[in-house]
This record gives sequence, C-alpha cells and structure tokens, in this order.
Amino acid sequence: MALEKITQVTGRGVFVPGDDIDTDRIIPARFMKCVTFDGLGEFAFADARLHDKEAGRVHPLDDPRFSGATILLSGSNFGCGSSREHAPQSLYRFGHRAVIAESFAEIFFGNSTTLGVPCVKMSQQDIAGLAAIIESDPEAMITIDLTENKVTVADVDFSAEITMPGHAREALTTGRWDSIADLVDGLDEVRNRVASIPYLVNGAS
Amino acid sequence: MGKTLLDKVWDEHTVRTLPDGRTQLLIGTHLIHEVTSPQAFGMLRDLGLKVLYPNRTFATVDHIVPTDQRAEPFSDPLADAMVKELRKNCAETGVTFFDLPSGNQGIVHIVGPEQGITQPGTTIACGDSHTSTHGAFGAIAFGIGTSQVRDVLATQTMAISKPKVRRINVDGKLAPGVYAKDVTLHIIRHLGVNGGIGYAYEYGGSTFDNFTQEERMTVCNMAIEGGARVGYVNPDETTFEYLRGRPYSPKGAEWDASVARWKATASDPDCVYDDVVYFKAEDILPTVTWGITPAQAVFIDEAIPYPEALPEKDRATAIEAIEHMKVSSGTPVIGLKIDVAFLGSCTNGRLSDLQEVAKYIRGHKVAPHVKAIVVPGSQGVAAIAEKMGLAEIFREAGFEWRGAGCSMCLGMNPDKLVGDQLCASSSNRNFKGRQGSPTGRTMLMSPLMVAAAALSGEVTDARKVFGIN
Repeated sequence: MALEKITQVTGRGVFVPGDDIDTDRIIPARFMKCVTFDGLGEFAFADARLHDKEAGRVHPLDDPRFSGATILLSGSNFGCGSSREHAPQSLYRFGHRAVIAESFAEIFFGNSTTLGVPCVKMSQQDIAGLAAIIESDPEAMITIDLTENKVTVADVDFSAEITMPGHAREALTTGRWDSIADLVDGLDEVRNRVASIPYLVNGAS
Repeated sequence: MGKTLLDKVWDEHTVRTLPDGRTQLLIGTHLIHEVTSPQAFGMLRDLGLKVLYPNRTFATVDHIVPTDQRAEPFSDPLADAMVKELRKNCAETGVTFFDLPSGNQGIVHIVGPEQGITQPGTTIACGDSHTSTHGAFGAIAFGIGTSQVRDVLATQTMAISKPKVRRINVDGKLAPGVYAKDVTLHIIRHLGVNGGIGYAYEYGGSTFDNFTQEERMTVCNMAIEGGARVGYVNPDETTFEYLRGRPYSPKGAEWDASVARWKATASDPDCVYDDVVYFKAEDILPTVTWGITPAQAVFIDEAIPYPEALPEKDRATAIEAIEHMKVSSGTPVIGLKIDVAFLGSCTNGRLSDLQEVAKYIRGHKVAPHVKAIVVPGSQGVAAIAEKMGLAEIFREAGFEWRGAGCSMCLGMNPDKLVGDQLCASSSNRNFKGRQGSPTGRTMLMSPLMVAAAALSGEVTDARKVFGIN
C-alpha cells in the first residue's frame, strides 16, 4: 500500500497552551463509544471548549481567527495518559496535520506517527516565539521541514530547530509511516520465531 | 556482562529490524476489549487480512459494561452495539472471549493474570495503557493504540524501539496502613508524570520482594502514569505460586520446564541499568492526589501546596489544578468533604484489596451524604468475595456491591460523577473530566483510604479511623 512521503507540513497554526495535556482532555471517554473513528473531529477538546464557552472565553479551537489551522502548538508531555488512538484521530479529523510541542508522551507520539501526523519537539522558548507570531498574525504560514529539521514562517524572521526520533522521521519521509506493510512483509520470519519459543510452540498452531 | 529481563525478553521476541530502524517485536499474548478493537477488526477486513494467531488472542468486555443493570440489551445503545461487535468479531475469528455469561468476564488486566494467561518472560500487548500491570509477572507488557491492535491481530508483532531501563529500588518495611498504592503514588510524585519517557521501569528491592503478586500489579499498573512505557518486577517464587494451577498455566512436566525458564528470565545480578533510583519504604506515608495529574500528590498529613513553592515547571499546572479542584493552597487534605467513594479498577479491584478493607469496616457505616460503590475487578473475584462473605460486609456498611467492570474509573459506562462531585477513588487517573463529568474532581488513594473517606464523609487518615499503628 503506497503511502505519501511526508517531508514537510505547511499551514496556519493554533496554540493550545498547557503542559501535561492528557488524552482524556483531547477526547473525553464518553465520545469513544463507537465502532469507527468517524465523527470524532467534532469532539476534540470538547470539555475544555465547553468550559471556556461557559466562562465567556473562546477556546483557541473555537476562535474564528485560527479556523482552518492545520498545525497544533502546545507544551510539554503532550498527549499523556491513555493509549487511546481516538486522541490523534480526533485531532486529525478536526483538521490538524502536525503537532509541535515541547515533548510528547510516547504512546500518543507513536499513534500520531502511524496516522501520518508528524509530532515534532521544539524548545519552550521557540514555542513561545511561534505562539506570539501566530497571535499577532493568525494567517502566518508555518512550515515544518522534516529533512532540514526546522520550523520556519513565511515572510517572518523565525527559524527554530526541531527534533524527532530518527525512526519516525525515516518512516514519515519515506512513506512508511503506517508500519502494517512492513510488518506483513515479515510474516515468514514471524512464524519461524514463534516456532522457536516454547510457550508459543505449545500454545500456538 | 549480565542482561536485564528486558534484554532477555527483547532478544527472544525480536523478529527482525525494520527499514525504519525499529524492531519488529513478537507479541506472545494479545489481550483485547470492546473499546480499542472494533476499528482494528474493521481495518483488518479493509486490508483483507486475517487474525494470525487466534489462540494467542483473548478478549473481555470491561470499559462500557454497566455494573448494575447488566442484562442485555444495555440501556445505552452505543455500549450495547460495542459488546455485540466484539462478540461478532470473536465468533468470526475464533478468539476466546471471556464474555458476560462465561463467569470469567472482568477488567482485562485482572482477567489475564487470574486466568494464568499472564506469564513471566512473555511479551503482552493490549489496547489500553494500564497493560503495564502484567509486568508484575516479569512480562514486558505494552499499552497500544488501535492501529497497533490491528498490527498485532494481523502479524502478532508490532513496530517498536527498545526502551532504556531504570531500576527503581524500594527497600525496607512499609509502616502499618501504608500500601502498594501509596508506594506507586510516591514514586510518581518524585519522578514525575514524564520522568519515565523512554524507559522501562524495573521495580525491585526488599519491599517488592515481600509484596504479593496483587501488590506488585498495583504498582506496575501505574508505571504508565509515570511516563514509562512498561513496568515490571522480576519473577520469583511468589510469582510461580500465584500461577500454579490456574486455567492457562502450564501443567505437569511443562510446569517444571516453564518454572526453570521463568527463573532464568529474571535480570542477572551483574546487569547494568541506564539509571537507578532508591526509595525507603519507611519514608512513605498514606498518599492522596490533590490535583489533576497523578504526580500532584501529598501525604495525608500535608496540605495543598502553594504554586510558588513548587519548581517552576510545575507551577502552571498546579494553578490550573487548584482552580479545577476548588481547593486552596495551605488547606490540609484531611477534612476535604467527599461526595462519592469508588473502590475498584484495574489498580485496586482485586480480592486482596477487598479483603483488606472488609477486615476493618465491620460495625462502621458509610456517611449519609456519600455514595459508595465497590466494584470487584472480575466475575471471578466477585464470586470468591461473595462466598467469603465480603459482599455482605460491604452491603452492611452501606456500600453498593456491583458487577465487574471498569466502572467509575473513566466514565464510559453509567457509573459517572455528576457536576463537581469529589470522589475518593482507588483508580489510577485524576485528569479533568476523567470520571465522566467535565467538572468532576478525583482524589486517588489506597482502598483503605477510600473506605475511611466513605465512612467519615471526608478525606481522612485511615490509620486513625481504624486504629492502625
């Protein structure tokens, strides 16, 4: 199955500030009672958005200034907590195509990469700088370059270094970010390995 | 140079190195449930793939199942659709389903071990982050996302990088009234919710040597809350005795051969860890979380912290927590009025948890304003508890005795908080909205502390309530 090679993501940004934003916040569990992922986009950050609305504030994801943004910017340990893939699925279906954060929880990072949504780490300082640019000009076009390992903004003097584990960068840029094809390629070796492990030989057919 | 348990299990289960540099790791045992499997089975159908090893795949229903009205169809049509979807998927593919009528249904991380499916030296995966629980048996157990559930169903493998290993030593004797739950909360408080990123946690030391398997499971259950991908305890005689005679445990000559292999799986005395930390059991007091992450915890005799007294990186989240929890800095946690008490979950829903509480609550009554529920972690646990008379002890004291499931841990079934109710909970997460109400508030603590709060109507020191010293 041919997947797109993802070497860069360009789009407008939206800043959702905060550290340790967990996957319960990204997609509350009550919206996960489904047998497909359809329709999850609408419920991204549902409780936080409702909370802001009730308090007379506008959550960044409801702010018309940032409508159509495809790059999400946040703090450290983004996506911590539950392994629910519903979290990156809801962000993807909301319209996000990349996440820039100070750091990511591992399972969230893996789930996002598998969907072809790059998660790149940037320093706290640079995140603050980019957030300020987005705030002053929501139309600013941000480019995340996975081969140059940097984030730049069109017509603005901003360039920040980003990092990503090598295997994820390799997978995204070569179009192998959904590992199912590679895993299926190894099926003969899988059967050989199973045959060499006692607890599996005895239990597997 | 010696090897860690992680090294040994990784080496044995490595199928090959993938083009992107990750390992194609064989998953010996795949546990599935109704929330993270339907889309995975759907993806398999779309790709024209089959379940490779149905007999290495085991299912149960736990997250959405009601704990009171359990007759089907469930009152929630979405929940009903999910259990029927899992039933259909298992019937079509030959996967064993510990379904509601089987008498063996329950929370997946309680069912695996009690069935003897969870064994040392194996790799285990499940579409649920608390899969780390199974590491208590010296297994390498991963919480995975739905696409990875698809990967394991189709190929019995997943693509993953090998973590580093942090050895966490807890030595000494826990004081009376201090439990495994306090140990795990204490570790997370000190290492942080992201301290474990990139690491497997190997727990050891004399405290762990003396723990039962159920206590080890409580600690490993929350490895993920500390950011660690997996957590484990080296298998020993305690592990083997727990497994002896269970339905899926090896028998006869195979048992002896397995025990010999399991012993060899443990980390070698001369292995080298990437990092080592030390804790003293005597330093640990009953612990409660006060905020919105599992690391925002204090001892029972402490107060809500002042954000300015915390490290800079923790201040913003602390301010947010104080606002959400509707507490004030400087207020002691003792005395915080609770509305709901929840005893259950994959962290503390096992027989020993129920037994320990039942030991102390005879003659006491749940405070009139408190709704207190006890949810045994599996039908198996419920059956034994009922036979031992524990259910009756709980009911006598004013607790509701429920059927097995994830219940109030995460708000996907009818057991939810209402409004900004404050819940004393034996579960593992206190995130905003976790227990089903966006303004709901959760304080995590040990089962006995939950019981003490239920009886007192407020957060309190269980040791004083029950005269433990």
